[in-house]
Amino acid sequence: MLEHYLSLATKAIFVENMALAFFLGMCSFLAVSKKVETAIGLGAAVTFVQAVTVPLNNVLYNVLLREGALTWISDDFATLDLSFLTFLTLIGTIAASVQVVEMVLDKYAPALYSALGVFLPLIAVNCAILGGSLFMVERDYNLAESTVFGVGSGVGWAMAVVALAAIREKMRYSNVPPQLRGLGITFIVTGLMALGFMAFAGIQL
Amino acid sequence: MNKRQREVLLDPLFNNNPISLQVLGICSALAVTTQLKTAMVMALAVTGVTALSNLSISLIRNMIPPSIRIIVQLTIIASLVIVCDQLLKAYMFEVSKQLSVFVGLIITNCIVMGRAEAFAMQNTPLDATLDGIGNGVGYSAVLLFVGFFRELLGSGKVYGLTILQPVTEGGWYTPNGLLVLAPGAFFLIAVFIWINRAWKPDQIEAAE
Repeated sequence: MLEHYLSLATKAIFVENMALAFFLGMCSFLAVSKKVETAIGLGAAVTFVQAVTVPLNNVLYNVLLREGALTWISDDFATLDLSFLTFLTLIGTIAASVQVVEMVLDKYAPALYSALGVFLPLIAVNCAILGGSLFMVERDYNLAESTVFGVGSGVGWAMAVVALAAIREKMRYSNVPPQLRGLGITFIVTGLMALGFMAFAGIQL
Repeated sequence: MNKRQREVLLDPLFNNNPISLQVLGICSALAVTTQLKTAMVMALAVTGVTALSNLSISLIRNMIPPSIRIIVQLTIIASLVIVCDQLLKAYMFEVSKQLSVFVGLIITNCIVMGRAEAFAMQNTPLDATLDGIGNGVGYSAVLLFVGFFRELLGSGKVYGLTILQPVTEGGWYTPNGLLVLAPGAFFLIAVFIWINRAWKPDQIEAAE
């Protein structure tokens, strides 16, 4: 049983890395990877929100939206399928949890709150977060699996963004062709990183 | 159509491209481009959603309280994406299976959100719609470029038709598997940016 979860976590962190294999969260991935420090902050925030929203969305999906999920109210609802509301529900949960996380951190962990700064509200529209929940729905994870998947995919994304930031800090000393400066060379570096991460493909615990 | 409206419509194509200059909406640009067909469907879907969301947000822009505008925008966009997803499922089931989660991810596609926030909130409905179409087309240009080369060099086909007969089917072309995988997409976008900026040197970024 434990092996199953371990294998799921490895898969979420390395093999199916959100940023490098599925290209999710690319906008903030490219925008905030100029400095290692901010990259760590954003990575932590994404992991945290991912760990909260994926299991929460899993519960909501199974209790409210799935076909026949509403039988706990009345047997008449056995054929009711609300899954077309999935997108709206997922994004609503995400926006709301980001807001709650923001308020909780502001009250109880002001140091972490000010370190994360503007990145926290921006996470609501980070596609890695919505992507995590959508993959959870598509792959039919149960509650325990979705918790592991949420944390794992967050950690994987955080790791990738910190690694890219470290490379970009070093890149300041290299002589890049002017047309590729900035965005262009960042894409090439990310491509090379994705190539590296492909070495993990096929790993099964 | 006056001069300003033409600029609003055509600027995002190469002068202010959402992907290569504004750095918006990259996630889906990379993920759906292994084949030209999925890239084309995705491009149409995003253009439609951007134009319609810009239109509807611009129509009610004076009634949205600033403090809750993000959630209002998200709700409008999410509803449009649901319509889009249901249409795809009904009429193009195969393609919608291939696109999997990426149809849903149009909601968080920064192009839609970004244009709603940056343009539709301050402009009239007609201008906002044109801006939505323009940005959608700029996005589509990159998508089709990347999709064309990934499918041609990665599997020897264009839009599902064999152009370069691969070795496995008795031809001469050895498909370059790298282009079908994730890294190939990154390299191709970098090449697109390189060509775009070599042509329009004013887009070159200052050295850090």
